[in-house]
Amino acid sequence: MARLTIPAEEYMRSGHSACPGCGATLVMRYILKGLGPNTIMTVPACCWTVIGTPFPTTALDVPMLDCAFEATGASISGLRAAADALGIKDVTVVGFAGDGGTADIGLQALSGMLERGTDGVYVMYDNEAYMNTGVQRSGATPRGAWTTTTPVDEGSRGKAESKKDVMAIVAAHRPAYAATVNVAFPEDFLKKVLKAREIRGPRFFHAFSPCPPGWRYPPEKTIAIGRLATDTNVFPLYEIEAGTTRITRKLGKAKPVREYLEAQGRFGHLTTEEIAAIQADVDAHWSRLLAAEASNP
Amino acid sequence: MVRMVLSGNHAQSYAAKLARVQVISAYPITPQTSIVEKIGEFVASGELPAQYIKVESEHSALQACISAAALGARTYTATSSQGLLLMHELLHWASGARAPIVMGVVNRAVAPPWSIFTDHADTISQRDTGWLQFYAESNQEVLDTVLIAFRLAEHADVMLPAMVTEDAFYLSHTVEPVDVPGQEEVDAFLPARDRGQGLRLRTPGRIGSFTMPDMYEEFRHKIAKAMDRSAEVLVEIEDDYHRLTGRHHGGLLPTYRTEDADAVLVTMGTATTTARSVVDALRAKGKKVGLAKLRGFRPFPAKELRELAKDANRIGVLDRSFTFGAAGAAFTEVAASLYTAKHRPALRDFVAGLGGRDLTPRTIEGMFASLLKAGGPEVEWSDLKRRLEVVRRG
Repeated sequence: MARLTIPAEEYMRSGHSACPGCGATLVMRYILKGLGPNTIMTVPACCWTVIGTPFPTTALDVPMLDCAFEATGASISGLRAAADALGIKDVTVVGFAGDGGTADIGLQALSGMLERGTDGVYVMYDNEAYMNTGVQRSGATPRGAWTTTTPVDEGSRGKAESKKDVMAIVAAHRPAYAATVNVAFPEDFLKKVLKAREIRGPRFFHAFSPCPPGWRYPPEKTIAIGRLATDTNVFPLYEIEAGTTRITRKLGKAKPVREYLEAQGRFGHLTTEEIAAIQADVDAHWSRLLAAEASNP
Repeated sequence: MVRMVLSGNHAQSYAAKLARVQVISAYPITPQTSIVEKIGEFVASGELPAQYIKVESEHSALQACISAAALGARTYTATSSQGLLLMHELLHWASGARAPIVMGVVNRAVAPPWSIFTDHADTISQRDTGWLQFYAESNQEVLDTVLIAFRLAEHADVMLPAMVTEDAFYLSHTVEPVDVPGQEEVDAFLPARDRGQGLRLRTPGRIGSFTMPDMYEEFRHKIAKAMDRSAEVLVEIEDDYHRLTGRHHGGLLPTYRTEDADAVLVTMGTATTTARSVVDALRAKGKKVGLAKLRGFRPFPAKELRELAKDANRIGVLDRSFTFGAAGAAFTEVAASLYTAKHRPALRDFVAGLGGRDLTPRTIEGMFASLLKAGGPEVEWSDLKRRLEVVRRG
């Protein structure tokens, strides 16, 4: 019998209320598979507020505390402090927030939690816009993407600005561990979560979370698009442990970004020139990452 | 019991220590800061074995308390003015999540213009957030009320957060002799928090959740009932505290010389002490005057006010803040609660002492004089300067 590389245990139930093909459900499922049953989940306003199902039901086998949109980092610190004060041992406190709740409105509380060295896990599931409110641009929306607040029209070509590099912001706090994960690469995902489980201190995951309605692609393509994101270097997989950067999936030759962009309606308007500019952005980011890896102490 | 000389702020700190708070989360702001500095000393020395989270904002301070309370910890924070306003979203969150947090608030004016001095606009503008609100008159009352507030907030029938306020500088930075109960006495009065209602490890459960229109209103109604019930529970708790310490602060609306009084002034916070001396002076001159202290603003003592109105023909309300477009908030609430009274006294609103302006005996004498005369405007700004003197420098 083949050896299982993904823990068989499930801590998330079917019957949740996510859209078909939702990447965020896989992020939750893999995070819990890795961290196990002694987890407390705190969730701000985001898709998962709704995915978790309304009162009095819940889609998780672990306890879940809703917190304010911009306060996930503080909620993690509060739960950790209470667990310590009450002598609750062997518990992992996890904040599970979207990209808007992390990169934009929640950035201060995230910074506070990292700076305080709170022993907890912060997961940013990144679907690259405010999806729960209906696809408005966030700081994590990539350049060129259509959203409802960056429409495509005569005077507008989707989002004009680049995606905020949240991993770099997190890395500047020198956390115990930070990693990018992608639902299309569950083995890499779980390896990192299982490693983080054994580390104390602040740990951060930037989880790539494709969104069929927001990105305008058919729900069955979530994994294919996730794979393309990493194989085109749009979303490289790497980890930063004790200041050391390590790329965990490196291809001999990356696929052209065009393949990733053309698979999604949100990029459907882009011209050859615009795609070339995005390719240049992606190449530059990849070079910076290689340089960071090469300059490890 | 030991008698100590304490500022109002340190009375908060000692009360938090005696309550054996388990998680403190706070952010500095004048004039609150010495509360959490002192608690920091208690934690650093090991006198208070608690987790102290030094957060990056008041918003995070309250979120951390809410989350800690959800797991069953006894939590405390303190703030003032702008800090309280930044917390506004989470003040609602705390009551909605039924987190029995106790918070010390030093009443300070709201900017602009900047002012660090006494004014009730900060807490008055949070009156609809579902927090119990107590306004203290003395440092002794600060210490006692914080202990009472923990027991009330955590009562199974209440489960609501509570704020205990004190006037900036008049209490926060003024020292007075304070009787500090012993730890054993407090332990007998305030046992460890019942964790029965918190989140449990390895147990599916969710606090905060979301509801459809078939449920939300019932959640709100439960808070309304709990707030009503808190007035009854407070009576039991204050009796217990009285048995233990010999002190009783008189519930939500303690009164002074209101028997046979024609005119009663309703006060909040430190203005009460000055008003009490004015009542004595006027009584000595044969004037039938008295005062009632709005110690509790939430729950609002409507029943007690209707009782008071049975005898008083004129009731004045001293408001140390103003609700623009209406009147002082204490006045409008007093007026609302007396509308259904059998006997409806004449009502006047006296707005004074904003932004730390001294409320002198003379100002308060003027209020009584105005109250005893028939007529006069419904709302009077009692200590407004006729002419602002601007000193030009340089």
